[in-house]
Amino acid sequence: MWSVDLFANAIVAGLLLGGFYAAVSIGLAITFGQLDIVNIAHPAFVVVGSYTAYIINRHFGLDPVLIGVLFAPVFFLVGAAIYRVYYVSFERTGQESLSGLAFFFGLMFIIEVLLIMAYGVDYRLVTAGYIGQTINIGFVGIPFRMLVPFSVAAALTVGIYLYLSRTFTGRAILAVAQDRLALQLMGADPVRIKQFAFGLAIATTAIAGSLLIIIGPVEPSLGRQYIGRVFAIVVLGGMGSIPGMAIAALILGVVETMVGTFMGPSWSPAVSFSVLLLTLALRPSGLFGRK
Amino acid sequence: MKGAAFWISIVAVLVAGLVLTRVVSNEYYFNALYVILQGAIMAVAWNVLGGFTGYVNFGSAGFFAIGAYTSIALGKAFGQSLPLPVMIATAAVVCGLIGLSLGYLTLRLKGVYFSIATLAMAIVFETLMNNWSYVGGARGAYILTPDSHLWFNSYIEMLFMVMLLLTLGSVAISRALNASRLGRGLASIRDDEVAAECAGVPTLRLKLISATIMGAMMGVAGAPYPYFVTFVDPASAFSLFVAVNAIAMPMIGGTAHWIGPVIGALLVGTAQQVITVTVSSELNVLVVGVMLVLFITLAPQGIVGLAQKYLARRRR
Repeated sequence: MWSVDLFANAIVAGLLLGGFYAAVSIGLAITFGQLDIVNIAHPAFVVVGSYTAYIINRHFGLDPVLIGVLFAPVFFLVGAAIYRVYYVSFERTGQESLSGLAFFFGLMFIIEVLLIMAYGVDYRLVTAGYIGQTINIGFVGIPFRMLVPFSVAAALTVGIYLYLSRTFTGRAILAVAQDRLALQLMGADPVRIKQFAFGLAIATTAIAGSLLIIIGPVEPSLGRQYIGRVFAIVVLGGMGSIPGMAIAALILGVVETMVGTFMGPSWSPAVSFSVLLLTLALRPSGLFGRK
Repeated sequence: MKGAAFWISIVAVLVAGLVLTRVVSNEYYFNALYVILQGAIMAVAWNVLGGFTGYVNFGSAGFFAIGAYTSIALGKAFGQSLPLPVMIATAAVVCGLIGLSLGYLTLRLKGVYFSIATLAMAIVFETLMNNWSYVGGARGAYILTPDSHLWFNSYIEMLFMVMLLLTLGSVAISRALNASRLGRGLASIRDDEVAAECAGVPTLRLKLISATIMGAMMGVAGAPYPYFVTFVDPASAFSLFVAVNAIAMPMIGGTAHWIGPVIGALLVGTAQQVITVTVSSELNVLVVGVMLVLFITLAPQGIVGLAQKYLARRRR
């Protein structure tokens, strides 16, 4: 059971998977980490991104990644609209802790049920030329259906990181988490910044969703398994730190693949949640968080 | 509601339930009522922590399922002849301890972390049950309903009465808690935790008590479940629907008052039964989600809040 090539394959597969996890988590690192909005429906939006890719791909045969990029602006508008509702109903009245949480929980549930009603509980997948091909380096096989999402996710993560640290709006997003009042005094409207950032976070789910359906078939309740993963990654990564989030995603990908390889895949859903529980219990500020 | 009036209505409901088992012979009604009462216990339990203390539990289905699996495991170990009250009591202890330990791990942090941890707990236990072949594993377990059903006409009638007793018990506990010194402490945590801490309220201890009571009540709601459905698998026991209902019912009814979750459970539960029979079960699930979101955005105080506002306006 234990052999070098199995081990090496698991490490490589885990790193590729972890890279993809970064794309799924980056939106939450912005909403939960920076804006302090507990968007528990985040993975549900990722699944919506997958279904968008599935529908367009089936009808027009476009490449799933391209579909993700094309639909990101649409998702951006949806996200901005949802933040509007959230702000007016909860944030302005100071009820975000209880009602806001339940709001996103209900939203997640509605998305899932609507998808089930429209497309059933069958697994859906996309077609693209590269899915199914593999390159072999020594005894390590790298399937393209993992390599493509990994590369796109890496580009997305670096892009968002540069955007947040280099541009005015990006820095304003970071500032809104730190000091709302100071940002207001600098002449920026915190609500509009947060609305923009929330839209940006939801826009990333369009791309993450297209990557998700490249990796494997998707069904409506798949998002639930990702709740544990994305929150584990964001908390472990130190809440809102993009590099921390990326490293945490790689760690989780490797650990999950190891458990799946050596203990059996039926145990892997528990990995992320165990990591999350342990992090919360032992070091709630995460690996790279400030105390 | 004054003390005497409350206890008279509790007894009245109990007598009405007994009369029902004599008069009605169609088993469907007892099935439907069982589901509604199960929802009511879950809602009341959720509200002990969610409504009174202000900490959101997303993992209600986890507590519920562990209650159900406690019954299955006990049934496997000691035979099906083990009396139901013993199983219910064991489930209460097991789930109460889980609530306590989960609270101990996360209730010192911001409320959000507790919410996410409850969700995590449900998935961890679902994975455990999927891999534990003693209680059926992923394939699920069949449970034989015992032959004896006391003096009732059928087993489901007895289960219905058991559930009615448990529901009334939970409501009484929740009401007592709401009015007690402990309940005022919990309310102070909900309104402003830092201020409560400064005023000398032992916040962590109160939160832990609250989480333990919540877990125990949910375990109680789940313990008779295997005998109700006779087949349990992890996917159905850990259903997200149970968790959504447990949140939606108190939110729709109103969280601040003990009667809120009861009203919400009766309303939502009955609506669900009607929609399932007349339209479809998928639409039923959707309706709950939509009602939840609509109520929390438009009427955050729930039906009780709306009623209070209406009464206050009339008085003026």
